[in-house]
Amino acid sequence: MSEPGPTTATRGDLSDPAARKSLMTDVERVPGAAKPDPILKVDNIVRQFGGMTAVDVGHLEVQRGLITALIGPNGAGKTTFFNLITGFDRPTSAGQGAHWSFDGRTLDKTSASAVAKSGMVRTFQLTKALSRMTVIENMMLGAQNQAGENLFKSLIRPIWHHQEKEIEAKADELLDRFKLLEKKHDYAGSLSGGQRKLLEMARALMSDPKMIMLDEPMAGVNPALTQSLLGHIQSLRDEGMTVLFVEHDMHVVRHISDWVVVMAEGRVVAEGAADTVMSDPAVIDAYLGAHHDTDLGDDALLTDEAIEQLAEEVAEEAHRDEEKDGGKR
Amino acid sequence: MDEIQQILNSMMSSATGPQTAAVAIAVIGLNIHFGYTGLLNIGQSAFMLLGAYGFAITIKEGIPALGIEPLGFAALVAGVIVGMGLAFIFALILGVPTLKLRGDYLAIVTISAAEIVRYIGRSVGYETLFGLTGGAQGIPGSQYRAPFTDLSPLGNGNSTLLEFNYTDVADGAVWVRLVGWVIGIAIIAAIVHVARGRAGLTGTPKRVAIAGLSVLALVVLLFLAPVNNQNTGVNGWFVTIVAWCVAAISTVVVLFLVKSPWGRALRGVREDEDAMRSLGKNVFAIKMQALVIGGLFGAVGGMLYVLPATVQPDSMGRSLTFFCYTALLLGGAATIWGPILGSIIFFAGRIMIIGISNTYFDGFMSSQESSQFAFIVVGVVLMLLVIFRPQGILGDKRELRFNV
Amino acid sequence: MSRHAAHGRTVGRGVTGLILGLLVTPLVMLLGTTSAYADDEGDTPAAASCLPKPDEVGCISGTLGSRADPIADADVTLTKPDGTTETQTTGDDGKFSFTITEDGEYLVGVDPETLPDGFEVRPPPANLRGPDGELKVQATVGGLRAANLEIRSADYDPSTSNWEEISQSGFNGLRLGLLLALASVGLSLIYGTTGLSNFAHAEQVTLGGMLAYLFVNQQGMPLLVGGLLVLVLCGFTGWFQDRVLWQPLRRRGLGLTQMMIVTIGLSLAIQYGYQFFVGSRTVRVIVDNPTVTSFGPITTTNQSLAAMVISAVVLAGVGFALLRTRIGRATRAVSDNPALAQASGIDTDKVIRLVWTVAMALAGLSGILYALVTNGIKWDTGLQILLLLFAAVTLGGLGTAFGALVGSLVIGFVVEMSPLLPFVPGDFKYAAALLILIVVLLVRPQGLLGKAQRVG
Ligand SMILES: Nc1ncnc2c1ncn2[C@@H]1O[C@H](COP(=O)(O)OP(=O)(O)O)[C@@H](O)[C@H]1O
Ligand SMILES: [Mg+2]
Repeated sequence: MSEPGPTTATRGDLSDPAARKSLMTDVERVPGAAKPDPILKVDNIVRQFGGMTAVDVGHLEVQRGLITALIGPNGAGKTTFFNLITGFDRPTSAGQGAHWSFDGRTLDKTSASAVAKSGMVRTFQLTKALSRMTVIENMMLGAQNQAGENLFKSLIRPIWHHQEKEIEAKADELLDRFKLLEKKHDYAGSLSGGQRKLLEMARALMSDPKMIMLDEPMAGVNPALTQSLLGHIQSLRDEGMTVLFVEHDMHVVRHISDWVVVMAEGRVVAEGAADTVMSDPAVIDAYLGAHHDTDLGDDALLTDEAIEQLAEEVAEEAHRDEEKDGGKR
Repeated sequence: MDEIQQILNSMMSSATGPQTAAVAIAVIGLNIHFGYTGLLNIGQSAFMLLGAYGFAITIKEGIPALGIEPLGFAALVAGVIVGMGLAFIFALILGVPTLKLRGDYLAIVTISAAEIVRYIGRSVGYETLFGLTGGAQGIPGSQYRAPFTDLSPLGNGNSTLLEFNYTDVADGAVWVRLVGWVIGIAIIAAIVHVARGRAGLTGTPKRVAIAGLSVLALVVLLFLAPVNNQNTGVNGWFVTIVAWCVAAISTVVVLFLVKSPWGRALRGVREDEDAMRSLGKNVFAIKMQALVIGGLFGAVGGMLYVLPATVQPDSMGRSLTFFCYTALLLGGAATIWGPILGSIIFFAGRIMIIGISNTYFDGFMSSQESSQFAFIVVGVVLMLLVIFRPQGILGDKRELRFNV
Repeated sequence: MSRHAAHGRTVGRGVTGLILGLLVTPLVMLLGTTSAYADDEGDTPAAASCLPKPDEVGCISGTLGSRADPIADADVTLTKPDGTTETQTTGDDGKFSFTITEDGEYLVGVDPETLPDGFEVRPPPANLRGPDGELKVQATVGGLRAANLEIRSADYDPSTSNWEEISQSGFNGLRLGLLLALASVGLSLIYGTTGLSNFAHAEQVTLGGMLAYLFVNQQGMPLLVGGLLVLVLCGFTGWFQDRVLWQPLRRRGLGLTQMMIVTIGLSLAIQYGYQFFVGSRTVRVIVDNPTVTSFGPITTTNQSLAAMVISAVVLAGVGFALLRTRIGRATRAVSDNPALAQASGIDTDKVIRLVWTVAMALAGLSGILYALVTNGIKWDTGLQILLLLFAAVTLGGLGTAFGALVGSLVIGFVVEMSPLLPFVPGDFKYAAALLILIVVLLVRPQGLLGKAQRVG
């Protein structure tokens, strides 16, 4: 099932904002809209926990080469959705019409590691740094197709030594880009929360993914770092990578995303360009509940007070989530 | 003083004995499981027992189908292969149902399976049917040892290491020994000093210094507590040397393995399986490989363990596994030399406890009771180690701060 | 920093206290047992076991009954090729061991008069059967041969259908299942509330049995009083353990794997503590001559019935408490989600302390009943029980108390009924339990009643 992908020329154009805009102008602003060149297609994914339906996505497509934001209130099912399509969880609807494919490849029964190998790499909402390993070791684990990871070849150093040097050089480069080079030989466990987020993202990039899925990459990262993180994400897109990310901060979403998908109570309730989707009544209804009278699409109307209140709520819920997850382990 | 010398001598011969080396090899395997990969295998003794059974039974019975005569060199080679083969299969059987699940399940299944292997080995019914394992009494070493001792180039007779020892200086006067011990302890202190990086040495010079000092310490200790053995006999120098050589080779192999990308993947799995999955690593395969490799080391350890003894299922039960854990945690999990150092100290320490309680608490404990007492101490030491010094002697304290 | 140091100190004190406790409890028992040693008839020395020497002696050895249920004081007779005989009386462990000095065909038989009432030797297969139903054994000098004499209930009648045997085994399975359930519910609650797999749990079962023996048989207390005392003591050890060891370790943030190793060390120390202070004999709580009752095909003693009723009532009580009382609901909330429970005002430490206390008391009760209705308990019985407990708890789904109950019953039936299958030798019934465990892990890893984990 191979799609007639766009030529390299059109892909290259996507670093130009106008080209991105024009690419998506013809896309309908409805949930599950068809995209000109989808890299990820999802059908009929349902996940229930006990009686509660956490995810129920009928159809969703993610456009290649763009930054797509996945937003929605806490508990909307975004993380569960990530888990499902990356093979970390199985849909309840498996075998009953659940299908999803990445870059033309069906993933219905693919394991998490195989999904990552096929070029779709994710990060976690609760950062998973490998604490008792150094930063550089973390990075080098991210590289794919390492000869030295084969048990038999590992004993013969000449086989993998050269590749190891190359991987290390690449890791150094990425670490430099993410301002972690001085920490190269420190244990990952000694990094701050924000640095771990950066490390996790850099590590994911070691595999040269086609698409990277970031689950709340900005949570806990200080504002200065956030700025540079956003820069990184954009430059990834400009290099041709597809980005799907979960974020709560509306300014961030507006600032960098080319397309926004809104989830609420497990469903995709709206889709659209960042500047218009915020004023979709369904979004306001689902996302904000109590803030009905505020038009989120317009920054001027988003008073400091409202933002603060929103941020507080979000932080509180995120905190609760985190605690819950921490306890589960 | 004589009593102390006697205890020291028996500590020394236990520390250098072939069974210590054998356990060290099993601990090296356990280190791959637990130290590097984080697999909680509580059935290492079963890998050892299976290795020992495969080895002993193959040598004793030969493989008629392949024309391999009992008690020949071919049978010896076949025995090693069969022993390792059994451990391999056992690892697969344990791994397939458990390695996709959280760690507790592996622990539960391994401890159960180890007991089952022991039951089967000592089972009366099974022994009547096949007559292979010798039931609870086991297979005496005399039935399978010959092809191994035949290989010995050392001939008959006895040797003492060191030939030149404290008895040769001033007739072994007390002051000679005291001075010797002061020197010995000073050397060990120097090793610690260098190892902690206080002497300003790093890299190769540091390693050379530590190696040199360690050899020196060994010589001094052997001078103070010489070990006398037969050359080729049951517990002789031949099997001792072979066992320690295998332990050294195992250590080097593990050194190569864990310094490679494969070893890095093992540690990645130990830290976080989901993260490894998200990086495209086949966690199940990595864990399975680790389980098998560690189990093979266990099997080899088991073979060497029974060479100077009997294949006795009850002596290779869960206590042996717990010995392995204590030795590993003592030396330092996820360190290269930890298993060897830990095993030596563990067995010397155990003999010390038994020796002291036999000598000084004679009225209070029978000799059987003092070995039970030693078990109690092992259990308590295991607890205290995990609580107060989980990094062991050689481990890196920095790692502890991020213990999940 | 100072906080950490303070924890270190607490742990230090805790561990010292625990070790003291470890040493003192059995010491107390020792004092009780040594005084009564003389009249303790369970102490006939086992037959000196034979070790084969090449070209000198060979051995014919075996065990009457199983390792868990050995048959003591039975006369085993060896008929040599030259027609002479030699007789040994089995020891406490049911073992016999003859030394032989020439190769040949030997006959091993048991004097049926010396077997406990209601037992008989199962006739060996035709090709191994001697003239009087003995077992033929081909023995060689320098070798060791096992004489596998199977003992079974005398009311076994091959002419009747298997129905009677099945119902008797089923009944025994139910009994074992109920006893296991008492211990496994506690194991499961501890796992649920703290995430810890307690490898020392079965030692508590042994403790219950040993203390009951001490109080009832050695000190002559009435069973009820002694039993209650044991319950209180066992509950106290649970409270004490959590107070001095587990709670400080939790506060210190020790990882679960590390804690699990601590429980392993603890179980090793306690087991050998039993052996050190009590010895390796099997102790059994004997109250009076058991009255045998039979209904239908099932024969049992009143004590067994009482034990089953007690277990069922206590289990029902625990279930009721978990479902209906405030503290029970709090326990379930902590199992479900400790952080959330804490946030909603539940004192998790208090709940966990209570869980440890109750779990240990239940395990103690299981031990009392076990020592009362089975062939007794000894220092290392705990290990066997532990394997069954783990199998039960895993089967039900780690951490779900009701799952543990169901799992225990299943395991009880499996262990007692698997020997009915023609291809399972009696020794292997524990292996059957493990097999079930492995199959369950393959098919339904979260257990019968468990739920899946959350990722990410
Ligand atoms: N393993 C699980 N068991 C039970 N409920 C779960 C599990 N994982 C997620 N949920 C529930 O599914 C819903 C969606 O959660 P999640 O995907 O984490 O939301 P989001 O990431 O959008 O904040 C929540 O109500 C959460 O409690
Ligand atoms: Mg989330």
